[in-house]
Amino acid sequence: MSVKVITVGEQILGKNEEKAKENKKLLDKNGILTVNIMSSPGAGKTSLIMNSIKQLGKKVRIAVIEGDVASSVDADKINAAGIPVVQINTGGGCHLDAFMVADALDNLPLEKTDLLFIENVGNLICPNNYVLGEDVRMMIASMPEGDDKPLKYPAMFADSDVVVINKTDLQPHLDFNEDAFRKAVTGLNADVTIFPISCKTGAGVDAWLEWLEDKVKSKKGK
Amino acid sequence: MHEASVTESLLNLALDKAKEAKANKITRINLVFGELSGIVAECVQFYFDVISKDTLAEGAALNFEMKPAVIRCNKCKKEFKPVDQDWTCPDCREMSIDIVSGRECYMESIEVE
Repeated sequence: MSVKVITVGEQILGKNEEKAKENKKLLDKNGILTVNIMSSPGAGKTSLIMNSIKQLGKKVRIAVIEGDVASSVDADKINAAGIPVVQINTGGGCHLDAFMVADALDNLPLEKTDLLFIENVGNLICPNNYVLGEDVRMMIASMPEGDDKPLKYPAMFADSDVVVINKTDLQPHLDFNEDAFRKAVTGLNADVTIFPISCKTGAGVDAWLEWLEDKVKSKKGK
Repeated sequence: MHEASVTESLLNLALDKAKEAKANKITRINLVFGELSGIVAECVQFYFDVISKDTLAEGAALNFEMKPAVIRCNKCKKEFKPVDQDWTCPDCREMSIDIVSGRECYMESIEVE
């Protein structure tokens, strides 16, 4: 039998991108600002969400999608704060994809939501390759991880709209060079907005929330 | 680890294309991955051998074309390959860059019978 070559020329993750567009359309229709939060494990994704809920929760209707390899520890915390939350357990998978998020959206009160946080699986390798339908891509880098992370995981930082430097309260104990970190991040991504914060002490959280609330308002206004 | 889902996606894409062409068998899949895509070819091959079993793609050869990372200095526009994660321009020493290539993750073609 003769061999035939079929030209494909398509992105391998093209189906994910299509699904993400559908998610985005649904979220746009409901005027929901969606933030995809990515970081290594333990950088402070859940802490930042909890901080944001505490301070913004009375003004803005928040919902959360929690991605984790296993367990519902994070979702339980958010649920206890009275916020609608859907837990996605990826069962070993190292990132969320648009299909998982689509299923989660079916189980959230979208018409009663202004702001959706999607907490991705803690990982710096691949979550950025899977668009979910978000408006804002956010990276949290915590000071104990070191200031060289943007150089080691350039794609994650190059794709982010916002980079939060968390755990600034630990600065006196660390060699983290904030100038070097900022230089590396802005070198990869000139348009990025950087917020140094401490979820522990609350330092810098206001500036981040002000920025976020503005985005929520302009999304609602559309 | 993430190769599992990438492999599943590429298998489905190849099977769709083969079915469209009413092919009986996929003999080869030509893939292009960039150095910065985080994809390890051996891993993809491993998962592929497992999940392509009993499909039109069982036994197909995977051909990987790996693209190196190429970045461009925003200041002097020189294109260069980063060495040891040093993103500083070797010419003007500026560290402000665009990633030109190295993030590829696509299927170029399949060969079928």
